[in-house]
Amino acid sequence: MLVEAHARFPDEMCGFLGGQPEGTGELFVACKNLAASSRTFEIGFDQVKAEDEIQAAGGEIVALVHSHTHTDAYPSPTDVEKSQAVPGWRWLLVSLKHAEPVVRSYTVEGGEIVEEEIVLVDG
Amino acid sequence: MPVSVRLPTIMRTHAGGQSEVSAQGSTIGEVINDLVLQFPGTATHLKAPDGGVHKFVNVYLNDEDVRYLGKLDTPVKDGDQVSILPAVAGG
Repeated sequence: MLVEAHARFPDEMCGFLGGQPEGTGELFVACKNLAASSRTFEIGFDQVKAEDEIQAAGGEIVALVHSHTHTDAYPSPTDVEKSQAVPGWRWLLVSLKHAEPVVRSYTVEGGEIVEEEIVLVDG
Repeated sequence: MPVSVRLPTIMRTHAGGQSEVSAQGSTIGEVINDLVLQFPGTATHLKAPDGGVHKFVNVYLNDEDVRYLGKLDTPVKDGDQVSILPAVAGG
C-alpha cells in the first residue's frame, strides 16, 4: 500500500484490502484512480477484477484503501459522504502528509467515524 | 433477450444470496426494470427518485460504464454481461 501510495503521488492511490471478515487483511489489490487527482479518487470496473483476485485468494473485500497526499489519515467529508455507497467496508487511509507515512483504519457508518487498531502480524 | 447481471454485495441478500442473475431487456433501462420486478428489494439500491440509476451505484455493460454510452437507453444484446457496482469514490 505504501509503495503504491508513493508510486501514484501526487495523485491519490486507491485499491482494496482482501482478507477475512473478522478483520484480517491479507492481500492489497491496487486499482486505477479514474479521477487522477490529488484530492479525490474513483474506482471503476477495476473493482470487479480486484474482487475476483481477492476471492481467488480465499478472501473477501474487507477495506477500501486510499491515500491522502497532503492531509491526515482520517476520513474526509467526501469519504464520509461516499461511504454510504459501500456499507460494511472499512476505510483504510494512508497519509503522505509527513515524511513518514501514516496508516489508519476506520469504520464509517451513518456518519460516525470509529478508528480501529491495526496490528501487524508475521507471515 | 436474457443477459447476465452481476450484483453488488449489498443487493445479493435481496436476490436470494445470488451474486449473478439473469434479466430480460433490450436496453439497460429494461434490464434494470426487470431486475426490480424479479427482486423488489433491489429497488431502493438501484433506482433514484427520478427514475434514473441511484447515485451510489454505477452500471457497466461488459466493462464500459453506461454513463459514457447511452445511459439507460444503452442497447444490450444476447450474451452481454451487465455489472452493477457500488460507486466507489472518496477524497
